[in-house]
Amino acid sequence: MSTGRIFKFHNDLDTDQIIASQYLLLPSIDEMKDHTFESLDPDFPKKVKPGDYVVGGENFGCGSSREQAPSVLKALGVKAVVAKSFARIFYRNAINIGLPVIVCKELPDAVKTGDEMELSLTDGTAKANGAVYTCTKLPPYMQQILNQGGLIASLNKEEA
Amino acid sequence: MGMTIAEKIIALAAGVPEVKAGDIHTVNLDRMMSNDGTTHLTVDMYHNKLKHPHIADTKKMVFIVDHNVPSDSPKTAASQKKMRNFAREHGIDFWEGKGVCHQIMMEHYVRPGELIFGADSHTCTYGALGAFGTGVGCTDLLYGMVTGTSWVLVPETLKFNLTGRLPEGVYPRDLMLTIIGTIGANGANYQVMEFTGDGAKTLSVNDRMVLCNLAVEAGAKTAIFEADETAMEYLKARGREPKAVFRSDADAVYAAEYTFDLSKIVPVAARPDFVDDVVPAEEVCGTHIDEAFLGSCNNGRIDELRVGAAVLKGRKVADHVRFLVVPASQEVYLQALEEGLISIFMESGAIVMNPNCSVCWGSCQGVIGENEVLISTGTRNFKGRAGHPSSRVYLASAATVAASAVKGEICTADMLQERI
Repeated sequence: MSTGRIFKFHNDLDTDQIIASQYLLLPSIDEMKDHTFESLDPDFPKKVKPGDYVVGGENFGCGSSREQAPSVLKALGVKAVVAKSFARIFYRNAINIGLPVIVCKELPDAVKTGDEMELSLTDGTAKANGAVYTCTKLPPYMQQILNQGGLIASLNKEEA
Repeated sequence: MGMTIAEKIIALAAGVPEVKAGDIHTVNLDRMMSNDGTTHLTVDMYHNKLKHPHIADTKKMVFIVDHNVPSDSPKTAASQKKMRNFAREHGIDFWEGKGVCHQIMMEHYVRPGELIFGADSHTCTYGALGAFGTGVGCTDLLYGMVTGTSWVLVPETLKFNLTGRLPEGVYPRDLMLTIIGTIGANGANYQVMEFTGDGAKTLSVNDRMVLCNLAVEAGAKTAIFEADETAMEYLKARGREPKAVFRSDADAVYAAEYTFDLSKIVPVAARPDFVDDVVPAEEVCGTHIDEAFLGSCNNGRIDELRVGAAVLKGRKVADHVRFLVVPASQEVYLQALEEGLISIFMESGAIVMNPNCSVCWGSCQGVIGENEVLISTGTRNFKGRAGHPSSRVYLASAATVAASAVKGEICTADMLQERI
């Protein structure tokens, strides 16, 4: 169980908003992360603390396949992204890099930026504002990739 | 139980007789494409994260510099150099400045029946030739490069019955934007959009690319057409043979079916900042524009350049408008030169650029400023997609974009005609 603050975003939040095209060819994720959510909240990289959560609505992470999107969130210490639904490439990329992405239908409408949330990945539950929400568990195959720390970590284990 | 085209391609790649939606399979990838949007990170991971760095089959790999080309800064140049050097060192097919990645892939690589991963969301374009192309991130690409394989959760398929024929002055882009406006930005989330029916038969490979390319804007994993005689002609003209030609079984299972009558489609526009906010173009006519863009992997081929040039011929781009024309590849550019289209564009006052992603991805050419408005044949109109976060992007057909460039405000080609 780990507690963090919520940063809440809208439906159909596209990956251009998470990290804009003009920063994608910078040499490293570390340089890119200072521009996370720049179009929506330029202070986000300063405000977010390790252990905080990003909460979205439907179709979170739609648009571009840029893996930089989940990567900058992870680099800033975002613990997990919780949304009503995810766009498929973002979802897969997040699991591949070891960033938990949790589908939770009810929670997003009941919280706002600044609220605190407790998330248990093992129980598949989220607690916020005194209510407990049940989240959808990942299929075992994807959970295993996540548990191993992402796809490359699991590949290194396979090839060890 | 019957299978769809997409299921048959996955079954073949997985080496099993049958798959069904919801299964997870390990598949052999036929090809992997990576562009300069992420390859520098893939190369870094290859060197720094892998315990045993190696490439399963370099012949399966294609690297294409198309996003920020020519380079716009020393940092971009460094990222592209990393990619270029890696390709040369490992004998990977490498293209630079020759065109947008999906156009290059269609001109030179894609074969019906193949399963292709591309580190770019618009990899779904390859369904125009009956291939299963899907966009992935750089970690998936790296895993595929090292192992030659990946895992796929077999998606459900949506059937789109197309009937009739598009009226004159209405284009496949109007059709696809209409479909996305109808089903929504996640209307096909993690599903395959299969286009079929008599209406599908009327569409050229170019037209089919327009439809398949935008499928990701409805959340689809990919889109696909049966590789019929039209696809086979395209393939034959380019000296390629199919890997496998599939059609969906009569008893294949579809998650849902939609019917679109092509004869009822009208010119449309997607309003800022969502691709599924689609209205008849008439509704946004009169909107002041600062820039117009004709190009992209969706709409920068010879067909669209012909449409744009026909509208522009004998007319001038409005004084306050920058009109960027960007052929999708050098092959397209050379043909446009031969046909005299480039002269028409330049005489009208358009700026003709080198083949690349240009303002469609808002990082290289033609980036727009605060509160500016762009009308575009690009793929997306997300907030700030083409530049400043306060700028706005409308998506429309080549005809509507060219007419708007002349008028200086959003305007359909028909309306331009009426006012002369």
